[in-house]
Amino acid sequence: MGILNVQNVSIRFGGVLALDAVSFEVKEGEIFSLIGPNGAGKTSMLNCISGLYKPTEGDIFFKGERITHIKPHKRAALGIARAFQNIELFPHLSVLDNLMLGRHVRMKTGVLAGGFYWGKAQKEEVEHRYKVEEVIDFLELEHVRNVPVGTLSYGLQKRVEVGRALAMEPDLLLLDEPMAGMNNEEKEDMARYIIDIHEEKKTTIILIEHDMGVVMDLSNHIAVLDFGKLIAYGTPKEVQTNPRVIEAYLGEEHAV
Amino acid sequence: MVRNPFVMQCGEFHVDYKQDMAIWKIARVRWRIFAVVALFALFPMVATDYVVGLATLCGIAAIGAIGLNILTGFTGQISIGVGAFLGVGGYTSAILTTKLGFSFWIAFPLAGLITALVGALFGIPSLRLKGLYLAIATLAAQVIILFVISRWDSLTGGTAGLVLSRPQIGSFTFMSETSYYYLMFVVLLITIVFSLNLFRTRVGRAFIAVRDRDIAAEVMGIDLFKYKVLAFFVSSFFVGIAGALLGHYTMIVSPELYSISVSIEYLAMILVGGLGSVFGSLYGAVFITLMPVVLRSVVDLLSGTFPGLEGVLVGMKEVVFGVVIILFLVYEPDGLNKIWLNIKNYFRLWPFSYTK
Repeated sequence: MGILNVQNVSIRFGGVLALDAVSFEVKEGEIFSLIGPNGAGKTSMLNCISGLYKPTEGDIFFKGERITHIKPHKRAALGIARAFQNIELFPHLSVLDNLMLGRHVRMKTGVLAGGFYWGKAQKEEVEHRYKVEEVIDFLELEHVRNVPVGTLSYGLQKRVEVGRALAMEPDLLLLDEPMAGMNNEEKEDMARYIIDIHEEKKTTIILIEHDMGVVMDLSNHIAVLDFGKLIAYGTPKEVQTNPRVIEAYLGEEHAV
Repeated sequence: MVRNPFVMQCGEFHVDYKQDMAIWKIARVRWRIFAVVALFALFPMVATDYVVGLATLCGIAAIGAIGLNILTGFTGQISIGVGAFLGVGGYTSAILTTKLGFSFWIAFPLAGLITALVGALFGIPSLRLKGLYLAIATLAAQVIILFVISRWDSLTGGTAGLVLSRPQIGSFTFMSETSYYYLMFVVLLITIVFSLNLFRTRVGRAFIAVRDRDIAAEVMGIDLFKYKVLAFFVSSFFVGIAGALLGHYTMIVSPELYSISVSIEYLAMILVGGLGSVFGSLYGAVFITLMPVVLRSVVDLLSGTFPGLEGVLVGMKEVVFGVVIILFLVYEPDGLNKIWLNIKNYFRLWPFSYTK
């Protein structure tokens, strides 16, 4: 039994079947990649896992618990974190506050305690500041700690986006194209961070990425989607040589 | 060597997170804040009753404006029902003190609480409605509440309203302008400190997250419905408090005091002052409260020299009000607070403003 089980998940938007009876399992502690051509349903799949979409059919189990109909904020509390493809940071807040928001589900302070900044509330803020500083240290964000996120460069914003998800100390981390639009150097940095997260924090990671080199190097297992259908699953080597995958990516003639 | 008096960060080092997370991190800034508070605490001793009364009105408006800013500026939920919520606060306190014989000191927080509950009730549609649609829903709140107030004669006195008394402690009554100013001052200080603290802790950050990116906020574990309704609750609490203070100050509550134009005036305060800024609400409240007074005295001054002009100039008041808001929207959408920050930043680098 893996940490995440996706069973026969289908989702339909009007006449479009975005996901068609997709099933796969993500094992605890692995890097699992979801690849496929544009419009294959990768982000829809992540939306089902993080709860923004409700599958038309099928079930999703996280740590053995059925989460198909649980609201997104409760899934966050269960230990699912996500970094978005299009940066979804809070642009007016500093890097520090964005990361502190990642600590939201782990904190307790309410309106009254926060408003009066009583001893307990203050203690909690400081405690969680330590955790956030660990993430800042981990992702080398020290120099922009107090800068509003909206003013940062694209590459840094992507890193903060990952950092915010990481601040949640998740059991399952969903990374939606963390390297999109980056140059080689930035990609290498990000790949290194992902490996570090995986090795040091033992976090299970689901990765969507278009750079095949990165995907093949990082992943333990890969699932390939095409037009909403799961067409291949296996280790990088198995997927690379799978004729259906080659067909989906390169067209029919090459497959022959 | 002349040291730049505006550079205060030099030699300030924080050795733990507690210091780094203080609202005012720099000792000299803390002294400046104390000085400003002391100034406002002492000024009624030298000012005339008229000026102190104006200051009281500014302060009460500031409490309400901070309340509205918590909802609109910080959480991104536009509300045009503030006028009515002020009314709920004023009427609650009026009914509790005059009809049920409660003391002001119990009725006052209760007025805040009941307004908060009413606000939260009208905040429920915010789960489904955003932006302008929510604004129209809050407009419904304004209309419904005013309708109830003006028609429920047995409880609210109908269109005639109710007469309130000034609060008392023992045999002392807050009858003089100065004493009521101090009452307002204490409540205002608590409101400011409370909201500053709120927005550096968990709940306040969640409010801002809901405003900036609601989908991301939800995935971060923030329950959108709970926090939107909570924002209505907290915001309406302060608006209710302001309404009760205003009611006991003017000693009358009646429906026309809480019309939609009051709602618009409060929106103007936070627009001119700065959306999403506690001090901005304060500056905006002072600005909008004093503007008619200043315009009035300008008209009086001019009509001495040009007697025929008075009729025309009085009508100009509304025009000037509109023009000022348009000018702010065009030239400084972040309001007075931003202008003040810009001035401070300019002097921080003065005289070498090109270095950074």
